[in-house]
Amino acid sequence: MSLALLTCLSLLPIGLAIAYFLAKSNFIGRGFIEAIITLPLVLPPTVLGYFLLVGMDSNSFLGSLFVTLTGQSLAFSFVGLWFASIIYSLPFAVQPMLRSLESIAPEIREAAWCSGLSKWKTFFKIELPLAWPGIITAMVLSFSHTLGEFGVVLMIGGNIAGETRTLSIAIYDSVLAFDHQQAQSMSLILLAIALVTITIVYTFNRKQSRLAAF
Amino acid sequence: MLHLKIQQTRPTTLDVELSCEKGEVLALVGPSGAGKSTVLRCIAGLQSPQRGSISCKGETWFDSETKVNLTPQQRRVGMVFQNYALFSHLTVMENIKLALDVDKNLQLQYGERLLEQVNLSGLEQRYPHQLSGGQQQRVAIARALARQPEVLLLDEPFSAVDKVTRRKLYMELSTLRRQLEMPVVLVTHDLDEAAMLADSLCVIHQGITLQQGAPEKVLFQPDNIAIARQVDARNVFSGQLVEHENTLKLKWHDYLIDVDNSATFSINQHVHWTLSPSKILLHQRVRKSRGEYENPVVGKICERVTLRGITTLFLEIEHSNNTRLQMDLPEHVAMRNQLEIGETISVSLLAQAIHLMNK
Repeated sequence: MSLALLTCLSLLPIGLAIAYFLAKSNFIGRGFIEAIITLPLVLPPTVLGYFLLVGMDSNSFLGSLFVTLTGQSLAFSFVGLWFASIIYSLPFAVQPMLRSLESIAPEIREAAWCSGLSKWKTFFKIELPLAWPGIITAMVLSFSHTLGEFGVVLMIGGNIAGETRTLSIAIYDSVLAFDHQQAQSMSLILLAIALVTITIVYTFNRKQSRLAAF
Repeated sequence: MLHLKIQQTRPTTLDVELSCEKGEVLALVGPSGAGKSTVLRCIAGLQSPQRGSISCKGETWFDSETKVNLTPQQRRVGMVFQNYALFSHLTVMENIKLALDVDKNLQLQYGERLLEQVNLSGLEQRYPHQLSGGQQQRVAIARALARQPEVLLLDEPFSAVDKVTRRKLYMELSTLRRQLEMPVVLVTHDLDEAAMLADSLCVIHQGITLQQGAPEKVLFQPDNIAIARQVDARNVFSGQLVEHENTLKLKWHDYLIDVDNSATFSINQHVHWTLSPSKILLHQRVRKSRGEYENPVVGKICERVTLRGITTLFLEIEHSNNTRLQMDLPEHVAMRNQLEIGETISVSLLAQAIHLMNK
């Protein structure tokens, strides 16, 4: 739960910065950048997990840097899992934010500039409020997606109780241990969260199209 | 006063020069894609031309030579966008307050005054989607004025409303403009709209300024045939100037036509000429008048169209290879004189209204 919360909060500025940059720019390699961000969506979690595991190895640049800074290994740690979750949930955060920022007509920004608003003020007073349904969708999706994470966590988290065990892995463990009662209650929690998530997403999508349609 | 002289070759060609005095409404007219909105965007600072200069009230906003290029925030322009670009998450008052550059305690008072000016009092707390097209346009104007702009820019402000609302808004803008002290630049492709609201017209075609002047001058005395086509001059013909009894006359088919404004033209010069359809005089069938001696021509009515009390007759002129001439006259005159299709009538082409253009 704390991993999901932390991931979704971290993705708010990261996702927003990437989405804003993509929404504003129209360079040749934009499609490629978007593809890289969306890759975790189509890649099998084990494949993504494998690459992240290699990347976090203490022999790799990232892994050795982390060891130097903290004295701990990045792989099989909560921080490593947090980092992996951010990468894994990135498309779920960036895509809704990008779509909502793109739905704001360029004249709206220009009208704000002509009204004397600086680019920052335009972002905070105009663009952000207009894009908020997409931002909420992004937050909810990345939260629930991290909550249900399985493959990547298993690959790089190692299922360490109290450190890297997520709800979906706990369900898997319960089933293996024939503890169906616990598996059922945990599954019901995930089901409820999924249902609430999807309802929120659809509600905000409708709000977004209403704001954009005007 | 606003003065602009800009040029660019990319992404579209632009070679425009115009000026607009304080309190004057200048209409940029021309077909879609002529570059009218680009000019407006350059004034607002939303786009930069390759070369040239833009100045307003003595302050340079853009100068390619000295590399001056103020941002839209620094320019103090009031811009009304084609689709109004209202902030849909804010109320009418919040939309206006956002553009107000006054002390917070005075914002409400200023906002209310602006709404009163555009006849929107009482709708302060409404959201844009709760307003009609006409009301949205008024909010957009109030927001543009809230900036206390040095120039007001209107980009096709009437294109998003229905015809009935449009006519009402024309009247309102006409009243409002008398209270404004800044130059107003209006972009439109509707010539009637431009002639009705503007003090000055600037015709732009393919990014190039063709002519700027009073509506009457541009519409009825265009500098050349290209402008005549752009302003949809309805009677445009070719002829030759000849000397007849010591005066210069226009030879058009079998007719020798008197023209008043031929001083800058020479004998035997081939010219284009145009005549407003409203400057053709119908000869009374029963009672002859003096005007009938002025450039009389005879023609058969081959078409008759009436719109809003004005009847347009299409005449096939005798001895002119059936050249068609258009004339406008009040509907009641057409009815009283029983001007039906097939009838032959006699008309006068007013010498003073004949406008000659170099060929």
